[in-house]
Amino acid sequence: MTLRFLHYNLKELEFKNKTILILGGNSDVGRSLAKDFAKLGSNLILTTRELGKLDSFCSDLEIRNDISCSSAFFDVLDFNSHEAFYQNLKTTPDIVISCIGYLDNNKNSEQNFEEALKSIQTNFTGLVQILNIISNDFETRKSGVIVGISSVAGDKGRASNYIYGSSKAAFTSYLSGLRGRLSSSGVLVITVKPGYIKTKMTSHLKLPKILTSSPDKVSKDIINAIRKKKSIIYTMWLWRWIMLIVKAIPSSFFRKVLS
Amino acid sequence: MVTKKSYSWGNYPKTDSKYYEFEFDDHSSIFKKNTIPHGNGRSYGDSCVSENIVDVKKHNHFLSFDKNSGLLKVQSGVLLSEILEIIIRHGWFLKVVPGTKFITLGGAIASDIHGKNHHLDGCFSECVNWFTLLLPSGVKIKCSRKENQELFYSTCGGMGLTGYITEAEIQLKKINSVSINQKIIKTKNLKETFNVFESMNQDSYSVAWIDCLSKGNAKGRSLIISGEFDDDGDLDYSPKKRINIPFNFPSLVLNPISVRLFNWLYYHKVFKKITYNKIKLDDFFFPLDSIRNWNRMYGKNGFTQYQFVLPKKESYEGLKEILSEIASSGKGSFLAVLKLYGVENKNYLSFPLEGYSLALDFKIEKGIFELLNTLDKIVMKYNGRIYLSKDVRVTKRVFEKGYPQIEKFREIRKKYKLDSAFSSLQSKRVGI
Repeated sequence: MTLRFLHYNLKELEFKNKTILILGGNSDVGRSLAKDFAKLGSNLILTTRELGKLDSFCSDLEIRNDISCSSAFFDVLDFNSHEAFYQNLKTTPDIVISCIGYLDNNKNSEQNFEEALKSIQTNFTGLVQILNIISNDFETRKSGVIVGISSVAGDKGRASNYIYGSSKAAFTSYLSGLRGRLSSSGVLVITVKPGYIKTKMTSHLKLPKILTSSPDKVSKDIINAIRKKKSIIYTMWLWRWIMLIVKAIPSSFFRKVLS
Repeated sequence: MVTKKSYSWGNYPKTDSKYYEFEFDDHSSIFKKNTIPHGNGRSYGDSCVSENIVDVKKHNHFLSFDKNSGLLKVQSGVLLSEILEIIIRHGWFLKVVPGTKFITLGGAIASDIHGKNHHLDGCFSECVNWFTLLLPSGVKIKCSRKENQELFYSTCGGMGLTGYITEAEIQLKKINSVSINQKIIKTKNLKETFNVFESMNQDSYSVAWIDCLSKGNAKGRSLIISGEFDDDGDLDYSPKKRINIPFNFPSLVLNPISVRLFNWLYYHKVFKKITYNKIKLDDFFFPLDSIRNWNRMYGKNGFTQYQFVLPKKESYEGLKEILSEIASSGKGSFLAVLKLYGVENKNYLSFPLEGYSLALDFKIEKGIFELLNTLDKIVMKYNGRIYLSKDVRVTKRVFEKGYPQIEKFREIRKKYKLDSAFSSLQSKRVGI
C-alpha cells in the first residue's frame, strides 16, 4: 500500500512544474492534453492562430490547478516566423507536443495543387521547420521530449486519402530519424499514430465506432507513452495490429479490396 | 440538436424537448420561441423545462480569482461544487449556498437561491456584483445594481426568462475552517419552535426540521439546527464520496406508515434538549448531496416540493392551519424544512420575504394536487407566496397574488423582446 502510494506520488512529480508547449493548442487533442497536464501540475503554453479563443480556457486551467497557462500566436505555414516565435517564448519548454494537422479533401487535392500543398506544408514542411529549431535547442540542453502526432494513414497510401497519408508518412519518417539523432543526447522523440479520433477535423466523416478514439483517450495514451519512454505508439491499440496486417497484404490485393 | 426526455429534479412532468448547445459565437438556434436556458436541472418542477432547452452547462470556465480580495469571475455553467473545491483551500466560501452544491452559478442567480443564513445575509444575488446577459438582439450587456438595473433586478430570481447569463463576478466570504460548530435544539411544539428560532436571530446559520405529521399538543415539534464556522485554521477540503441510488424505488417504499415512522425516528433519535457537535461543512450545508439521485427514492412517478413563505406576523396562525391540514390528510412529507427569513430584496420575482417558510416533499400520487390546492388557499389567505424553483402546479391566480411586482417583470420582458424567445412550461402556466 505504502509502496503504491509512493509510486503514485513519483508519477505525479514527474510533470509538476514542467513546461509543456502544445502546438495546435486549440485542437481537440490539444485541449485534452492541456487539461490532463494541468491536473499533473505542469505549466502550459498553447499555440493557436485565433488568440482570443483560448483566453477563458487558459484562465480556467490556471485557477483550477494553480499552474500557469498562456496562449501564443503560431502559424505553422508562416515558416519565417518560427525562429522568432521560439526565441520569444517566456519559458523554454521541457516537452513539446505537435497536434497540428490538416485533413485535405483528397478529390480536391487531385485537381487543385493549392489544396495538396496546404496539406503537405501543414502536416510536414512547417513542422520540420519548427521541430528543427526546437530539437537543436533540446540537443544542446541535453534534455526534453518531442511528441509528434502523425497518423496510421502514413503507414500505407490509400486511394481515398493519399495526399494526407503521404504527408503523414513523411512526418513519421522525419520523427524516426530525429529520434535516432537525438537518442544520444537524452532527448526523447515519440511518434503517435492515432487511428480515427472524434474531433472537429473529422466531424464531417462517418467513423466506425469500434475503431474511433476520443481526444481524452489519445491524451492519456500520450502521457503514458512519455512516462514509459516509448518510441512509437498507436492509439487505439487495435490499430497496431490492423496496420500490421494491412502492411503485410500484397499491394495488388489491397488495391482491389481495401482501397 | 437532440430530442430527449426533459429532466428536472422532481422527475415530473416528463415531456420531450429539443436540446441545443449554447454557442457564444453562433446564436442561430438559441433564440427560438419557447426556449429556456438549462443549467444542471436541479429545480424540482417545470421551470427548467420547455419545448426547446438550451444547455449552458458546458460554459464552465473560471475567468479570474483574486485570492486576496475574494473576487471571483466565472462563466455561468460552473457548478457551485466546483467553486467550493477551488476557493475553500484559499480560505474563502460562498456567501450564500442552497441545500445542494450541484447547481450552476447561472441557476443560482436565476432562482436567486437562499440558504440557512437568509435571515442575516439574504439571497444569492447579494454576492453578485454584476453579470453579463445575452439578449435576443444578440447583444451581450453588463447588468448590476448601477448598470441596466432593471435587467439586474428581473434576472435575479427571473427563472431564466430574461436571457442567457454568460458570466458573473461574485464576492466571496472569508472562512478559517472547513468545520461547523452545530447546535441542535429539540422543541415540543410550534410555539416553542417559533420562540427558539427568534432567539437565534444572530446565529449565522439556522434551519429546522419539522415533524409535519405530529398532532395535538405536539404539533410543530422540531429539531432546530444552528451553526457557526469554526476557527481552527483547517482548510483541507475534500468532497466526500457519494452513494448512488441506481434505479427508481418502487413507489410503495414511501407510504404513510414508512413516512410516519421516519418522522418519529428522526425526532426521537435526538435525546437531549440541546446537542452540540462539530461537523464538516458538506454535512452541514449539503446533507442530501451525499446520496446521488436521492430523487429516485420517490419512484418513477416523481415528486414535487411545496415551498411557501408567510409574512412573519401571520406565520404562526397560517402554519398551524397548514400543519393541521397535512396531518389530517395523512400525506406526510419525508422532509419538512422550516426556516425564518430576513427582509425581502428588490428583485421582482425573488421568493424570500420576512417570515417563516416551510418546504415539504410529496410523492406524485392520487389526491396530492387536491391537497396542495387546499394549501394554496391557506397560503393566499395569509398573504404568502410559493417558490417557483420548486413548483410544478401552481395556478396563475395564486402566483400573481404572491408576487405583486409581476407586472414590472412582464413589462421588461416585452421591452427587451424576451417574451418572444423565452418561456418554460411553468411560465406559460402562471402567465409570466
